[in-house]
Order: sequence, then C-alpha cells, then structure tokens
Amino acid sequence: MTLLAVSDLRGGYGPVRVLHGIDLRVEAGEIVVVLGANGSGKTSTLRAISGMMRASGSVRIGDHEVLGRPPEVIARLRVAHVPQGRGTFPELTVEENLRIGAFSRRDKDVAADIDRWCTVFPRLRERRDQQAGSMSGGEQQMLAVSRALMMNPRLLLLDEPSLGLAPLVTQELFARLAELNAQTNIAMLIVEQNAKLALRIAARGYVLEAGEIVASGSSQELSSNDEIRKAYLGMA
Amino acid sequence: MTLFLQQLMNGIGNGVIYASVALALVLIYRTTGILNFAQGEMALFATYCTWKLSDEGVGIVAAIAISMVFAFVTGAVVERVLIRPVERASPFVILIVTIGMFLAVNSLAVTIFGDDEKQLPSAFADGGWSVGDVSITYEFVGLVLVLVAECVLLFLLLQRTKLGLGLRAVASNAESARLVGISSGTMLMFGWAIAAALGALGGAMYVPTTPALTAGSMQAVLVYALAGATLGGFDSPVGAVAGGLVVGVGEAMAIQYIEPLHDIELVVPFALIGIVLLFKPTGLFGRNVVERV
Repeated sequence: MTLLAVSDLRGGYGPVRVLHGIDLRVEAGEIVVVLGANGSGKTSTLRAISGMMRASGSVRIGDHEVLGRPPEVIARLRVAHVPQGRGTFPELTVEENLRIGAFSRRDKDVAADIDRWCTVFPRLRERRDQQAGSMSGGEQQMLAVSRALMMNPRLLLLDEPSLGLAPLVTQELFARLAELNAQTNIAMLIVEQNAKLALRIAARGYVLEAGEIVASGSSQELSSNDEIRKAYLGMA
Repeated sequence: MTLFLQQLMNGIGNGVIYASVALALVLIYRTTGILNFAQGEMALFATYCTWKLSDEGVGIVAAIAISMVFAFVTGAVVERVLIRPVERASPFVILIVTIGMFLAVNSLAVTIFGDDEKQLPSAFADGGWSVGDVSITYEFVGLVLVLVAECVLLFLLLQRTKLGLGLRAVASNAESARLVGISSGTMLMFGWAIAAALGALGGAMYVPTTPALTAGSMQAVLVYALAGATLGGFDSPVGAVAGGLVVGVGEAMAIQYIEPLHDIELVVPFALIGIVLLFKPTGLFGRNVVERV
C-alpha cells in the first residue's frame, strides 16, 4: 500500500522557486532516502509534505490529500517530522518533550511508551528531568526521534538526522532506525547528506538536484551507479 | 519605624496588584512574544463590567467572577480577530495594533459607561487588625491571598495540565509544537483568554484601593506592571510577581522618604526600567536558556 504519494510538487519562498515538480512515493513500512547537495530542495520537500511550506501539486497520505492543510492537522494523520536542527523544546525537560510528542493521542499507553523509548535510548532515562537544551547534540537527536515516535507515527520524516553528530553517534542512530523499522514497520523518509549510511538502511532512494529528481532506484542500484558514487559517496 | 512598616504594607498592597497585571503581561509574552499594551485597558473594561453588575445589585464577588468569565471570552475573541491576522507581521505592526487597542478599548469604556467617577465596592470587609501602631486591613490580607492563589493556580495549570504543557510547548518552539499536532492558534487563544481573566481580577482588586473608577484608572498600573515584568524578566512568572512587589514597595518608600518625588512618583518605574535594561536586560529571574550546539 502506498503511504505517501507526492506528485508534481512545486513551491518556493516568495519569488524564488526551489521545487520544480517532485514525484516520489513511500510504501507502508519502507525506508526511503532522498540524497542531494545543499540547496537541492531536500528540506523544502519535507516541509511541503508536512504542511510547513506552501506548495502546489499533490501530497497524499494514505487516502487523504493533505496539500494546503496546516501542519497540526497533517501531524494528526500520524506523520511525524523531525526537522533539521532537531526541533526539541529546549526549556522543557526530557520527559515533557516526550509527553508533548503524545499530545494528540487519546489512548492510555503514553506512560508505557515513554518507558519504551527510554529503554531504547537509555540516555533519555538518565536525563529524564533535565532541560532538553542542556543535552549534547547526539542526545538531543535521540530525543527528537523519540518524541516523533511518541506520536505513534505511520510515517517518520527525518531531515538530516546526522547533522552535527560524531560519526560513531550517527552510526548508532542509523542502526537504531533500522531496528525500529524492522520491529514496528514505521515507514521513514530520510533526507541525508551521509549517503553511504542512509543507503545501507534504505530500500530505495531518490537523488535531488536543483529541485528536480534526477535519479531514483533501489539502494543497490544507486550505490552501484558511477555518477552517484562520485558525487555522493566520495568514491571514484 | 511604625511609618516604615505602614509604608511597607501599602507598598506590598499595591505591589500585589502590579504583580498580577505583570503576570498577565508575562503570560502573553511567553506564549506569543507579544507585549500587550492594551492589557491594562482590557482590565479596565472588565472592571467597568464588574461595577455595572454590582451597581445593578449583583454581589461583588459574583460580579467579579462574571466579569472574569466575560474577560476570558473577550480575550480569546481579541486574539482571534485582532491579533491572529498580524501574528506573522513585524513586531512593530503588532505593537501598533496593541496600542490601537489601548486607545479603542479605553474610548469604548467611556462611551458605554460614561466618564463620571464611579465607586466600586471592595470584595473585602472593612476594618482589620492592629499590631502595635501598624494596622493590617482585611483588604491587605485579602489582596495577598488572592495573589498567592493566582500564582498557585497558574503554576498548577502550566506545570500539571495538558493545556499547560501545550502552552509551554508553543512558547518554547511554535514550529515543533505544530509538527506534533498541537494547534498553536488554540493555545495562543487560551493564553490571551487567561491573561484577560487575570487582568479583570486585578482591576477589581485594585480600583477599590483608589479614590474612584475612572477611564484613567489602569494606566499607571500598566506602567508599574511593565516595570515589574522588566525587573523580574519577561519570560518568568516568578519574576513578574517578585518584580511587581519590588516596584510596589519601591514606589511607597520613594513617596515617603524621597521628598522631591512626591506627586511625581511615576518616575520610579521608568527609572527602574532604565536601570534594569542597562545592567541586566534579562531581568532578575529571566533565564538565559542553556543550549549546547
């Protein structure tokens, strides 16, 4: 079943057009990566999907056309967006950050879920009552992902999760994301500069250049494409 | 010494009022980043409503409660109708809107209720206790208790309820709040509504301690409350309360002990604002958010 279907997505900031007709899709339970250089429109694509940016075209989540809907409405369709720079609530404690993630949930399992993600990311339990802003970049990224998971999402949008993280921390994070996907079947659309790591956990990928999709295929196909190897994987 | 203690009590009595208006200012500032210059006039209008109800024979406590509900609703409507359209505009636009509201609400109050002086009964009984030569009025004790209750309820609301969590989330990071499904618009509306209700309460507490209710009743209060909020730090409810009290006591002491300030005591809050901005712009309780990059 197709969970996310984006077609002919166009948009920009004021007179500057940054997306020139993007088509992509994410199947239920699938990990998909979007590669591209700085300024190619990766972040804008995610922002348009979650309603943070005006755009034209079509964005379908399941059976719902969501283009033009406000972000809070799209979020309630269980689409969790971890923005670039993490977007945690720095003045609030770690536990409060997690409870905010469950804000629109009506079920009774919130406490159990907080416990669950604190077990997956033990640092969060240690820092439960600490201000989120005082944690290291890696810990904040774990928190941002956990907060998104508290929404009980079907689709997780991750904007450059590796940004500002040490290589080992990034590896750890990606390993966790792959585990999560295997266990919970949450679909993920990951925008990433670290192509090598991202392609390792993704099933498929797209390459974005100047607001257009210039290549797409399975992770294997992309990894063995010479041009992509040169441009994004740093290999000759 | 007796004089000093008496002035201290007077100062605290006024300070309590400043603190509660400062609390309303800070509540809106924290959730929306907007400094609502019309806060005092919205409270004035609600106080006129209290007077009207009381004049029609409603008991004063009931009149205050009804006016607070009215103010709560009005605050929400004001946010939705007047503030929402300019929410994303520059701070200057928003500033002008709140100043425009200041003038409009004031004029509206005069148009509806007339410009003659009115007497609003106090919610507290006359009289009090004498301790030595110092008299402690029931009103003084009542004012302090109301402020304490206000602080406790606000604390519980912000720290212990889901609505409070949402309000703090929007204040901390509005964009991320929307991404987890919190409607920031609804939260801001609640923020304005609660602040307006607090203002209504503050007005009804304050006016009976003055000679009469007039169209200018709340103007000095707004200035003192601004000084209190600046002193305490605009993002800190605790600071607003402490700041308001300090300003109240400072005002009373300045009137008593600094002869040249007699009748021009309004310079006290302005001087205080200047000094705070010069030496500690975040205020005494303002937080520098700890953030690692």
